[in-house]
Amino acid sequence: MLRYVVTRALSLALSLAAASVVIFIVIQGVPGDPAAFMLGLNAEPETVAALRAELGLEGGLVQRYVAWMGGMLTGDFGTSYTYRVPVAELVADRAKVSVPLAAYALALSTLIALPVGILAAARRGGPVDWGIIGLTQLGIAVPNFWFAMLLVLLLAITFPIFSAGGFPGWEAGVWAGMKALTLPAVALALPQASILARVMRSALIETLASDYMRTARAKGLSEGRAIRAHALRNAMIPVLTILGLQFSFLLAGAIIIENVFYLPGLGRLIFQGITQRDLIVVQSVTMLLVFAVVTVTFLVDLAYAAADPRLRRRR
Amino acid sequence: MIEVDRLSLSIRDVPILREVSLALAPGRTLGLVGESGSGKSMTALAIMRLAPRAAEMSGAVRLEGQALGPLSERQMCDIRGREIGMIFQEPMTALNPVQRIGDQVAETLLVHGHANRGEAMARAKDRLARVGLVPDRFPLSRYPFELSGGQRQRVCIALAIALRPKLLIADEPTTALDVTTQAQILALLKELVAEEDMACLFITHDLGVVAEMAHEIAVMQRGEIVERTTPDALPGGLSHPYAKSLFSAAGHVPARAAPAPGAPLLEVDGAVRDYALPKTRLIGPAPTFRAVDGVSFMLRAGESLGLVGESGCGKSTLARAILGLEPLQGGAIRLAGAEVSPEMAPALRRRVQVVFQDPYGSFNPRHRVGRLIAEPFHLTARPNDAEAQVAAALESVGLSASDAEKFPHEFSGGQRQRIAIARALITKPDLIVLDEAVSALDVSVRARILDLLADLQARFGLAYLFITHDLTVVRVITDRVMVMRAGRIVEEAGTEALFEAPQADYTRELLAAAPMLPAA
Amino acid sequence: MRVPVALTIGAGLTAVFLVAALISLVWTPYDVASLSVSDRFAPPSGAHWLGTDHLGRDMVSMLMAGGRTSIAVALVAVGIGMGIGVPLGLMAAARRGSLMDEVLMRGNDLIFAFPSLVIAILITAVFGPSAVNAILAIGIFNIPVFARVARGAALTVWSAEFILAARVAGKGAARISVEHILPNIANLLVVQGTIQFSLGILAEAGLSYVGLGAQPPVPSWGRMLAESQTLIYTNPWLAVLPGLAIVLTVLGLNLMGDGLRDLLDPRLRRAMR
Repeated sequence: MLRYVVTRALSLALSLAAASVVIFIVIQGVPGDPAAFMLGLNAEPETVAALRAELGLEGGLVQRYVAWMGGMLTGDFGTSYTYRVPVAELVADRAKVSVPLAAYALALSTLIALPVGILAAARRGGPVDWGIIGLTQLGIAVPNFWFAMLLVLLLAITFPIFSAGGFPGWEAGVWAGMKALTLPAVALALPQASILARVMRSALIETLASDYMRTARAKGLSEGRAIRAHALRNAMIPVLTILGLQFSFLLAGAIIIENVFYLPGLGRLIFQGITQRDLIVVQSVTMLLVFAVVTVTFLVDLAYAAADPRLRRRR
Repeated sequence: MIEVDRLSLSIRDVPILREVSLALAPGRTLGLVGESGSGKSMTALAIMRLAPRAAEMSGAVRLEGQALGPLSERQMCDIRGREIGMIFQEPMTALNPVQRIGDQVAETLLVHGHANRGEAMARAKDRLARVGLVPDRFPLSRYPFELSGGQRQRVCIALAIALRPKLLIADEPTTALDVTTQAQILALLKELVAEEDMACLFITHDLGVVAEMAHEIAVMQRGEIVERTTPDALPGGLSHPYAKSLFSAAGHVPARAAPAPGAPLLEVDGAVRDYALPKTRLIGPAPTFRAVDGVSFMLRAGESLGLVGESGCGKSTLARAILGLEPLQGGAIRLAGAEVSPEMAPALRRRVQVVFQDPYGSFNPRHRVGRLIAEPFHLTARPNDAEAQVAAALESVGLSASDAEKFPHEFSGGQRQRIAIARALITKPDLIVLDEAVSALDVSVRARILDLLADLQARFGLAYLFITHDLTVVRVITDRVMVMRAGRIVEEAGTEALFEAPQADYTRELLAAAPMLPAA
Repeated sequence: MRVPVALTIGAGLTAVFLVAALISLVWTPYDVASLSVSDRFAPPSGAHWLGTDHLGRDMVSMLMAGGRTSIAVALVAVGIGMGIGVPLGLMAAARRGSLMDEVLMRGNDLIFAFPSLVIAILITAVFGPSAVNAILAIGIFNIPVFARVARGAALTVWSAEFILAARVAGKGAARISVEHILPNIANLLVVQGTIQFSLGILAEAGLSYVGLGAQPPVPSWGRMLAESQTLIYTNPWLAVLPGLAIVLTVLGLNLMGDGLRDLLDPRLRRAMR
């Protein structure tokens, strides 16, 4: 078990390191002079030089990379050029919106998708199954930001139950905060739930056809009991993979959804960073998002090991 | 006493079983034999009422006078596992991979409410010990993947007999196992039937196994029981033509003459083949496994040499090296004096061809037979009369020239094996490696393919390297036999000599384990 | 053989939008470049079947021309993914366990570590927003997808005995890959292609919506949505129409993919068994 954890951790650390190099090269290497890029075409040479000094762009690429990494590892993410505050502060502030939003959406999607998928598998081939297949097919096809617009149209304009956007801050109370995040979370969750329900359904149907289910029935288990005792846990293994992948989709989807609802989250921060050419913010926040994805992948790997003894006991 | 009374079953109006009647008595084993698709397994599932939902049944199954047909699904659940236990063919997949073996055996007890958890685990331990999995070597906390196929089948038996059922249905329980493991499982089942006074319905396609296991035998063909007999009456006591042909096919000996001793064709000299295992560490070399460990032998032109061993002994790895598909890590292989290697010249490669086991996987499903057979022309320049040669090859294996236009899925298993042989013949090789070439075939088809092989050998002066796990096949088609174990040849002798007076312990073990039909 | 219903419906839906986009290359009911403020916000009528937008452009024409951009971006991105990913996957499978295989697969993992849209946003931000850069950004993500699918499927085919037979016939890895492996995994690649096609349409819509895809005056479904967002209070119709076009196209592609899989898979499985 320990060996498995260490191997996974090492390989993930490697992909993090590789990802940081890619991000660094894309942002600092490709555009030529980052300072000139940030200030635009009409900037005075003196201003560019001043910014170069401020951003620590004097050294070579390798030197700058090492400095950036050193900062990231010690919690110093640099200082935003446009906001004039440390990126770490910005991130901490914005994460208060993004993390609850992602968790909310993931919870919604999982709570809806798993029972629906199980129901469809148990009634496979019947009208309930067909109905679920049809609905999930539609759910996958809907762009989440368009769905968000429809939600706003229906539940914020026609029937003003929710607000059309903005975030009151957690100071306004947990309830108000959750209410502001509800429509964005629903919009984010819909396509994810559709995918997850389909995966759950097909994984379960596959395990239902397995030999050990026949053994269980021959032991005298009823079909329902055999599903609960044997099929579900085996079917969870592919579902876990998709859950891990979904986190990355949620993060990406959040960038657009936060824009639809004017939520002050990380996605909006990175987007503003891009439009304002604030490369320090873009670079560090991207790295943090990749870190989050990789960490979740690692956690999913651990969950795998918990679900599947074959991984746990392998030497 | 369990009676199956005129049981018929059809799925969407296609009859699968026709009036099957069986009587199963305590302490007795009834062998149900037939070729694939004859309805053996469906009979078992119908008794358990686990047949597909679309199945329509008539007739009756009675357990000590109580008819099972009218029982509700819930009542049937009570019967399954308690009164009737069942084990299946594929032990590798028959157990839940993420549950401990102790829990899986205990579940039989728990689901029938016969014990609390503690008692159930104690009973599970007891039953696992009874089937040979003693607790200090096989604790209840083991997972299926930590056990071999034979051990898993023991777990399946333990959970099937945990509640001492009146009937045990064993559906091809040893088909997926090696012959020595098979012998152990059969011995265990025999013991259990006698000791626990169970009735046993033993389903198999293997006539040798049934002759050894069963007190009574029923032969099934197309959903119907066509013959009932006892092992003692075999084979003379058979009256139905199908049953007769089935038994004669199993013991079939193709007519072949001893070859004139030819020149040395294939020389294998101290061959060593290692292959890499999956990496266990991020850094450092992958561990290796020595699959072939210093093998030496010689095969003469026109000779038929058998290579026998259980799965994983390295025989197929050796075959791939002889075919020049994989490099050796030591020693040498020479064909007609020239070195065999992955880089060998096409002119040399042409001289050795192959027929594989799987008549389904041996052909690219998207190519026509003509193109498939002509593929080895890649080695020679494609001759001008290629089509005529393909037609001739098809005819020499008993197919017709027009079959070249068809796709492989239009043929039966036996016909496909003929196509594979035609492909091997097309380059006029000196040596054909037959890697389990008849193992996947039903006995009657197998008998005809063996005849064909014997005939082709005589006609074209071919040498065969006949690789198989099946001793009965080796005996009728080879001149000499080698026995392989863990990468080494443990014995080599003339075929008759080896069967009459085996020298190595392992050979004796293999021969003792192999179920043999009473001689015709 | 019975053609699955999903395939018929899916192919029909896809064909409608594909044909409309193709026709828009040579003809649209109205010129989408000409603005007519006096005609803006016209309701559906005989002259404008689906009305006009805030600049007085005919919505039918806009949807046709917008679909052209969305479909072209997604299609070329699939082409990039297949063109580079499939050969890489085939090579990795042919040299299984080699250094090249290892490097390729680790590279794949690396790309999968990036939240997909984040890197697309990054690329278009650095290189400047345009339809071409959107194609590149989406295409880059298709490469590992196709490489992985091709490698996985190819490995299954490599273990088939007919491959051993081809090797006994003296054929090399490259020739076997083209002659035996590719035809037998083509089904899977086509199915994956329809999936990536539909994902590409969604991704293009997302990028254009946030202003990183097609730039004015090139119409695209995502841009139409972005422009309609501020008008949603007064003219929701303008936001509903392009969204429906996206949903129906993606739905069509997904149904087609599912149907194709149902149609091709059992035969493939039976043949490979």
